[in-house]
Amino acid sequence: MDWFDKFPHMDDESLRALKKTIDESFRAFTRSYGDSIEELFTPLKMFLTFAERLMIQTPWPIVIAVILLLTWLASRSKKVVVGALVALLAIGYFDMWEDTMRTASMIFVCTILSIAFGIPIGIWMARSDRVQRIINPILDVMQTMPSFVYLIPVVMLLGIGKVPGLIAVVIYSIPPMIRLTNLGIRLVDKDVLEAADAFGSSSFQKLRNVQLPLALPTIMTGVNQTIMMALAMVVVAAMIGVQGLGQPVLKAISNQYFTLGIFNGLAIVGLAIVFDRATQAYGKRIQKHMENQHG
Amino acid sequence: MAEQLFSGIQINGLYKIFGSHPEDFIDAVKAGLSKTELLDKHAHVLGLRDINLDIPSGCIQVIMGLSGSGKSTLIRHINRLIDPTAGEVLVNGVDIVKMNDSALREFRRQQTAMVFQKFALLPHRTVLENTLYGLDIQGVARSKSTDIAMRWLDRVGLKGFEKQYPNQLSGGMQQRVGLARALANDAPVLLMDEAYSALDPLIRVDMQTVLLDIQKEIKKTIVFITHDLDEALRLGDQIAILRDGEIIQQGSSQDIVLRPQDEYIANFVREVNRGRVVEVDAVMTPFQLGHKISGPTIASGTSLEEAAQLLCRWPEGEVAVTGANGDRIGVVNLRRVVEAMVSFQNQCQEPTRSSARPGAQAIS
Repeated sequence: MDWFDKFPHMDDESLRALKKTIDESFRAFTRSYGDSIEELFTPLKMFLTFAERLMIQTPWPIVIAVILLLTWLASRSKKVVVGALVALLAIGYFDMWEDTMRTASMIFVCTILSIAFGIPIGIWMARSDRVQRIINPILDVMQTMPSFVYLIPVVMLLGIGKVPGLIAVVIYSIPPMIRLTNLGIRLVDKDVLEAADAFGSSSFQKLRNVQLPLALPTIMTGVNQTIMMALAMVVVAAMIGVQGLGQPVLKAISNQYFTLGIFNGLAIVGLAIVFDRATQAYGKRIQKHMENQHG
Repeated sequence: MAEQLFSGIQINGLYKIFGSHPEDFIDAVKAGLSKTELLDKHAHVLGLRDINLDIPSGCIQVIMGLSGSGKSTLIRHINRLIDPTAGEVLVNGVDIVKMNDSALREFRRQQTAMVFQKFALLPHRTVLENTLYGLDIQGVARSKSTDIAMRWLDRVGLKGFEKQYPNQLSGGMQQRVGLARALANDAPVLLMDEAYSALDPLIRVDMQTVLLDIQKEIKKTIVFITHDLDEALRLGDQIAILRDGEIIQQGSSQDIVLRPQDEYIANFVREVNRGRVVEVDAVMTPFQLGHKISGPTIASGTSLEEAAQLLCRWPEGEVAVTGANGDRIGVVNLRRVVEAMVSFQNQCQEPTRSSARPGAQAIS
């Protein structure tokens, strides 16, 4: 009854051999292709550096003005704009402006990437049940796999720095974008789709005139969620060399600097609330005329 | 322009079976397998069985049936939103069942327009943008399509609402947008799928009037689906009654009311206000020389109700019915008209022909 008390496992020798083989083959892969893969990501790195420089080198009053303008355009709400102003001034006053700008630029790039890849994948998923069946479990893995685990191969391939950090953040934050695009398109009213067919829409016309506009509020929720999840990854990304608000937090953890941790943590929260309120208000605004106002 | 060239819609031997392998059972169904048997033994649903319809150009064909009778399935075969299991659908002489995807798209853009029960408007587009939706899809430039859409919005009584969103309008007004959107396409075929069923009775009658008025000008071939017999009788030049996926009677409103084919239809017809539907032609006696006629004349096609109103002023006399060219074609009197209105079961055994003795009614 030995097998009953103790789970019969693979013998140690072959288990070790298995791990070693996988490790070694991946390391060999890294050695032979690492450079070319890194090269592949050069444009991404340039984009990231450009965004970061833009936000840090532009004088702070202009940056604040631009952020407030965007917030106003998105939300059309004085409350949100004033809230954003207060949050940004407080961040600057406690000397976290530069780190916050680094983080914001990172989030910006990450959101653009998530939208650029997430929406097409979501559309693809919405069009075919088979694609949905294949992609859904992949998204589950992306969201539940501890991020440290996929940081390992990313770092092995690309080393430490911004780009691997960005990839880790995108992996973590793109799933809601994909899922909600898929959901939004699948929820579009069947009657309206039938009308589009009856008037002779091609599938592209249907996508552009009906499915995307009607799914837009749901897609905006996806954008909002993506931004929130990207912010949540800032500290983890800091572990592999991403600069910004995450690094002081890491320093605070290892040295037990309570105030440093709290300040930077609050700055992340402030940034998150500004982004969240602006995108949410925008999402609500675009679906205002879809609500039933009559009878 | 299309009116002269358009040759109407012919549906021949149309079958539809819903399920995973409809083609396996089509022969059995053609041989007489019943709907319940098909469902019980093979888990397939018989949607339509052997539908044959000939809809001439410029005519309003009403297809009437209760829910589940297959009427919505049938109308969706005319623009092939649903593919048939067997049979052919000729629109302007072309079998649309054989069309490939791009030909079908082109056919839907140019030849048909559809109005839906639940309106199916685009909530993110204004009334105007909804109306020119079909033209957008055809690739018509906005500068041109806006004019067309504005004209139709005006025609259906929505002038001044162009900038509103559909959800700001009442149901009746939303359906006016649906109608304007369909009419803006200027397609020869107009498909109306229970278009007025979601509207309340007064607005429904109102919309029927709008449709009838517009039809006088545009002379489209209209297929109108309804579950409401009054609506069917009011609108239909031709009526087909559908039950369990089969057409059980086809004919004019007079045929349906005066000669219901079976108990099922007779039950429907019993509730109908005959005075408004039955025409005076059905109760008149043929005109013969020597008839004593007095008072005014009644035009052929007048309803019994209107005839009775007129005859009240001539309660004793016989009045002539005149045909399209003004000839006297028959005579009626108040008593016969009222009799026909209140109890026509006993009365309608072809009364006009059997009692065609001149002067026989003059005594009363």
